[in-house]
Amino acid sequence: MTAIDPTAHLTAEQIEELGRELDAIRDEVIAGRGEKDAAYIRKVISAQRKLELVSRGVLLFSIFPPAWLIGTAGLSVAKIMDNMEIGHNILHGQWDWMRDPKIHSTTWEWDHVSPADQWKHSHNELHHTYTNVIGKDNDLGYGIMRVDEDQKWHPFHLGQPLWNFLNACFFEYGIAAYDLELGKNLNKRRRKNPEFRARAKAVGRKIRKQVLKDYVIHPLLSGPSFLPTLAATFTANLVRNIWSHSVIMCGHFPEGVQVFERRSIKGETRGQWYLRQMMGSANISGSKAMHFMTGNLSHQIEHHLFPDLPSNRYAEVAVKVRALFEKYELQYVTGSLPKQVFSAWHKVFRLSLPNKKPAVTIPGREQELVAA
Amino acid sequence: MTSVALRSRAWKLLEMVTTPLLPSDYLDLVSPLRAGADLRGRIEAVHPETGDAATVVIRPGRGWRGHTAGQYVRIGVDVDGVRLWRAYSLTSPTNRQDGRVTITVKAIPDGKVSNHLVRRAKPGTLIQLDQPTGDFVLPQAKPAKVLYLTAGSGITPVMGMLRDTEFDDAVMVHCAPRPQDVIFRNELHDLVADKKLRLTEVHTDTDGMLDIARLDELVPDWAERETWACGPAGLLDAAEKHWAEHGVPERLHTERFRPGIVVTGDGGEVTFSATGKSVDADGATPLLDVGEEAGVLMPSGCRMGICFGCITPLKAGAVRDLRTGEITEAEPGVLIQTCVSAAAGPCSIER
Ligand code: FES
Repeated sequence: MTAIDPTAHLTAEQIEELGRELDAIRDEVIAGRGEKDAAYIRKVISAQRKLELVSRGVLLFSIFPPAWLIGTAGLSVAKIMDNMEIGHNILHGQWDWMRDPKIHSTTWEWDHVSPADQWKHSHNELHHTYTNVIGKDNDLGYGIMRVDEDQKWHPFHLGQPLWNFLNACFFEYGIAAYDLELGKNLNKRRRKNPEFRARAKAVGRKIRKQVLKDYVIHPLLSGPSFLPTLAATFTANLVRNIWSHSVIMCGHFPEGVQVFERRSIKGETRGQWYLRQMMGSANISGSKAMHFMTGNLSHQIEHHLFPDLPSNRYAEVAVKVRALFEKYELQYVTGSLPKQVFSAWHKVFRLSLPNKKPAVTIPGREQELVAA
Repeated sequence: MTSVALRSRAWKLLEMVTTPLLPSDYLDLVSPLRAGADLRGRIEAVHPETGDAATVVIRPGRGWRGHTAGQYVRIGVDVDGVRLWRAYSLTSPTNRQDGRVTITVKAIPDGKVSNHLVRRAKPGTLIQLDQPTGDFVLPQAKPAKVLYLTAGSGITPVMGMLRDTEFDDAVMVHCAPRPQDVIFRNELHDLVADKKLRLTEVHTDTDGMLDIARLDELVPDWAERETWACGPAGLLDAAEKHWAEHGVPERLHTERFRPGIVVTGDGGEVTFSATGKSVDADGATPLLDVGEEAGVLMPSGCRMGICFGCITPLKAGAVRDLRTGEITEAEPGVLIQTCVSAAAGPCSIER
């Protein structure tokens, strides 16, 4: 938390006016949603499936190095598409308006070890409602990292660059554990809770299926290429994990992004909610291909303002949103992928060490942060 | 092992290969009409019939079980990216050699699907299909004398029958605003020329609405005939009354196209169909709150329309989106976010 509130210059009326202007942007996109958008997501899904099929086909011959390379690259991209532009966005209900039961937030399942419904709860509900509210939004540091100067330092935090690196490599497992709230639920009493056990079982089933497919069935199908195929799927999963972790870190971690305290969201108005999303998110600039590969999460600010608008519309929405940032003299945090990744990692390192107490202390703040 | 068991084993194995998708998700890419797929059809041609009606030729998927003359089929069409389901009578004979079926659609004012099919549908488009259904059909034993009483697009199921079965003595009374609005007019007149049908056209623009009492004069032996009637509710209501008054209600078979029109308003009675509760709600309270207050277990999450954790099937009636004011009417498969939807008239949700 910065001592200086970057939104202090706005009056309450201005904030509500800002909310209305954002609502108008949303309404406009909704009114214009149609055939082209539907065709877009269908095309992406079909391209992803074809790419995955072909890559897996090529990997049957992965004993030959060129086949290994091509197959692994293709599979990595296919997995990234599945998780980012397709899975994440469908599970947000972005395409529910099409009323196609096959492309719907209630029926979609993704190539990921966290079952879709558990992820929807922790991500759509907790993270998106309580964006960047310390103690409410566990995405902040995933419960294993210190993300703000004001949080109390603990020797455990010395290791956080390492935790973060491991989390990146096995990101999907990290997410599954996180959706299960493992840290909190592993104590004796909670472990026995039938609801928790059912959810843990579901994760177990999903992991078994995914692992069986990637590390047993497909290698077996490859016969003499067993080991190269195994290595290829492992690599593809690693690439996908590191990529999505990087993209997601860029969304709320880079310097300039604000975090909020629990009390600040009591009785929050719609305008204030919007403002928090604006100040709590950061974008990645880049080419169309870049936006596509991040599942348009490079437009994180727009996504957080309008999580249910179709992802292919964020680019055009971004122009209007950015103009509002300027109008209200707010900082639109954005930068290239390397810059944002560096910035986020820099923060991880910086906060692994203790810092001086902030200049401005708010009474009662300390306990709250420790409790978090 | 039996071949069935073997096949299900093989399928299980394939599912392990494609998880979390299903093998069918991949097969659909190349062969959406194959046996075993969800039932779909492909539009192969659209032939105009009148200024506002057209016949759509559909090649149904391999799972199509065939229809009986007079039945209808529900089809799911993507209009402006949104899948909408409507029912249309099948107009093709049941023994059509090429395996295609046809529906004939009249564009109704503001009808999203009908206008799309008549004016914009393109050959090659995939649509979703249900199996044909409906009991507006001929009996096993051919009746000696038949009367068809139809109006507007009410002629479509009857055309399916006429193309399918020949009668020794068939009479038709058909109402349409003007001669050029009579769907299948040429074909009907051919049947008349071949003495297979006696036809009376009532042109309502010039003759006015058909007064059911005129039947005595148009078809003097109407009461002896097995009658199939299809058209607007007014006509069918009058017919039902007329046949009942003359003590022959069992001779009349009717088909109603558009059951209840949804009344939209501000607030209304909300029924929770699974729990059997109903309460009155105003037009400003989210259905999530309405349900919770009534003690119904409602799924929820963010309570502000962003998490999609509260979506619930809308079984009947209409709701209003509190953010945009947009009205959503019940249709099979329609889900609503209860935290941002309020009753727009009486409605029923599955909780
Ligand atoms: S409760 Fe989150 S969308 Fe309704």
